[in-house]
Amino acid sequence: MMTLREALEILAHHRGQRIVIATMSSASVWPSLSDTPLDFIYVPSAMGQGPSLAHGLALAQPERGVIVLNGDGCMLMNLGCLVTLAEHPANVYLLIIDNGLYEVTGGQPTPGAGRIDFAALARAVGIARVYSYDNASAWRAGAAEALTGPGPVVIWLKVEGRLGQSAPKAPRPMAEQIQRLRQAITEQIPEPPS
Amino acid sequence: MFDGPSVVAALEDCGVTHVVWLPDSDIGRWEPALRTASCLQLLRVCREGEAIALAAGLHLGGKRPIVLIQCTGLFEAGDSLRNIVHDLHLPLFLVIGVRSYHAHQRGASTDSCPIFTEPILRAWQLPYVLLDDRHRAADLAAAYRQAQAKNQAFAVLLPE
Ligand SMILES: [Mg+2]
Repeated sequence: MMTLREALEILAHHRGQRIVIATMSSASVWPSLSDTPLDFIYVPSAMGQGPSLAHGLALAQPERGVIVLNGDGCMLMNLGCLVTLAEHPANVYLLIIDNGLYEVTGGQPTPGAGRIDFAALARAVGIARVYSYDNASAWRAGAAEALTGPGPVVIWLKVEGRLGQSAPKAPRPMAEQIQRLRQAITEQIPEPPS
Repeated sequence: MFDGPSVVAALEDCGVTHVVWLPDSDIGRWEPALRTASCLQLLRVCREGEAIALAAGLHLGGKRPIVLIQCTGLFEAGDSLRNIVHDLHLPLFLVIGVRSYHAHQRGASTDSCPIFTEPILRAWQLPYVLLDDRHRAADLAAAYRQAQAKNQAFAVLLPE
């Protein structure tokens, strides 16, 4: 196991110039690790729709990868997004951050917690690049490879659940987030995902 | 009257880049024209909430998508619609087939779809227009252009 913060610290070293979309629990941690115009805190969100938002962005900006941080509860609300991602491949790096809980509602277990093999689900729909890590040292060792090369990539990370969390807050209003993301996309010439 | 080739031509003329859709039996007939369109891409998704979020991502990335679904999917997609239209304030454009509309008008259907479609759109505060058989693809294009000029989310209902 690893903590959510450890998992995201490792990601922060490898995200490069890619857009990062953070949802739910990740949205409360990611701004303390990175707060550039390419960091989009998807709060308020539509439940489970972070991967679909990321997918649209990646299709619109094929030269620029989009990393999306999604929880197990969010995944379960929109499992079809995996099929859509396989149907329309794009440079999406979907991190399934699995703590087996609905953390922001008080830590109730998600359906199938501890039994669902998210990596097998992703492979079964036709996503070829799938990685799983259940501890920080393995994720640290594998992150560079997992996050290199074209998407779609699914990375399943097992993290410790946290109790006593509240709903995440965005560091700035949504309109400002959108404005600065669009400006960054327009102005910054991306390096293609290598 | 709407058919696939005329709708595709109208959408391409508007600069629409992507059609994100789940077909129903009426708009499903447009599939060959949408699939082979030269200037727009057809994106097949699994559920309508997903369609709206995917279109939102395309919008953020500078593209000009529309969402093409049936009213049943609209009912499912409320949370996405609420978030994308009212939290992100993106000018989402939806084309929505209204199942059993004509039969309902004749009193010949017990389908609840026509009863709820317009009240649901009003509840979500999404302005809309109903384009029936007297309208053409050019009217759809005009609705799109008008909504985009106002930077406003908008829906076109197609009675079925
Ligand atoms: Mg969770």
